[in-house]
Amino acid sequence: MEFKDYYKVMGVARDATEAQIKQAYRKLARKYHPDVSKEKDAEARFKDVGEAYEVLKSPEKRAAYDQLGKGHSAGQDFRPPPDWDAGFEFSGAGGRDAAFSDFFESLFGAQRRQGAGGNRGAFRPGRGEDHHAKVLLDLEATLHGGARQLTLRVPEIDSDGRLATRERTLNVQVPKGILPGQHIRLAGQGARPPADGAPDSGAPGSGAAGDLFIEVEFQPHPLYKIVGRDLYLDLPVAPWEAALGASVKTPTPGGTVDLKIPAGAHAGSKLRLKGRGIPSSPPGDLYVILQIALPPANDDNAKAAYAAMAAALPFSPRANLGV
Amino acid sequence: MPTMQDQTLSGAIFEESALLTVKDLSRMCAVDERHIVEFVEEGVLNVVEVDTAEWHFSGSALRRARLALRLERDLELNLAGVALALELMEELQHLRRELQARR
Repeated sequence: MEFKDYYKVMGVARDATEAQIKQAYRKLARKYHPDVSKEKDAEARFKDVGEAYEVLKSPEKRAAYDQLGKGHSAGQDFRPPPDWDAGFEFSGAGGRDAAFSDFFESLFGAQRRQGAGGNRGAFRPGRGEDHHAKVLLDLEATLHGGARQLTLRVPEIDSDGRLATRERTLNVQVPKGILPGQHIRLAGQGARPPADGAPDSGAPGSGAAGDLFIEVEFQPHPLYKIVGRDLYLDLPVAPWEAALGASVKTPTPGGTVDLKIPAGAHAGSKLRLKGRGIPSSPPGDLYVILQIALPPANDDNAKAAYAAMAAALPFSPRANLGV
Repeated sequence: MPTMQDQTLSGAIFEESALLTVKDLSRMCAVDERHIVEFVEEGVLNVVEVDTAEWHFSGSALRRARLALRLERDLELNLAGVALALELMEELQHLRRELQARR
């Protein structure tokens, strides 16, 4: 296990005041919060910052950590000495849903769990907690519906009272037409009901299990851009197809169709195929954006054709620029 | 909780079926009912008009409430700050979509 330098993570000095630590946390949290951040590694960074703050904001944990940290530096191999936390009193914090690092859990995991349990189970006694997860699906899953194997990471308390992450694999029938940001609700797939008697006995109680809510997002698709319930497709057409109008083959989620290009279409023209987006209720639309593709002038025939066009058409593409 | 699933599980699209009460949201978000009421009072959550005395929310309130709770807890925002952040995030999402659609 690697030793973690929480002061370095937070970018504060070892003698930083509580106010400085709080200020540093707020700044970093705003920067890396996965709901607001555009940084690539936001989620991992935010977790590190949250973990560091969890320790440094609590005078007891910070004192214990400082005691331990003497002679250790970040990344160094580390094993906590037995009874390292003797003499420190911990108050439970609770309220987070993800596991912190092994380093954190080996130090503070067991203490924290003791205080955290009671608070969360209190909302409906006898019923298990609801669980939440987020998955990235292929667009085809919502276009056609179908079963997908999902791997979820479930935070769980192990026999030592530490919070650890376990992988859980589920086969889930994805409802056709589900939109990004919506949830699949799987009844009874959340936490087991709390035990009837002693809260830590581990035996499931008689109440109902909680539900599992899976929030859906989609991977980028090679053809279609996903904008809410609508899909956007860039469709290349030849200059004469755009100028004269044509019927061209176009891919759509429901299969290839013949699309009528109106005469006089130009690059960027937007054609709407109503109801051919994501099959939600109401269904989204498919927007086809035309792109003009120029044939290469790479042989005498092609060059002659371009030259003939130049001779035949009194056309100045720069007329509007005053030149 | 079952560990491995061989059979395929089916679930509905939550947002399309659900009409939620304060109690439902409180359980799904694992917070006190008073907290949900405060969200309504601050305009973080909108009540759907229904012909009963009890408040009801659309299914999309779940995502919003959970987002609000994360912002509150992780960024140490107060309710007014959460409400403002949500409004700005919504506007940002709207503008990003416009931009994507135009690009």
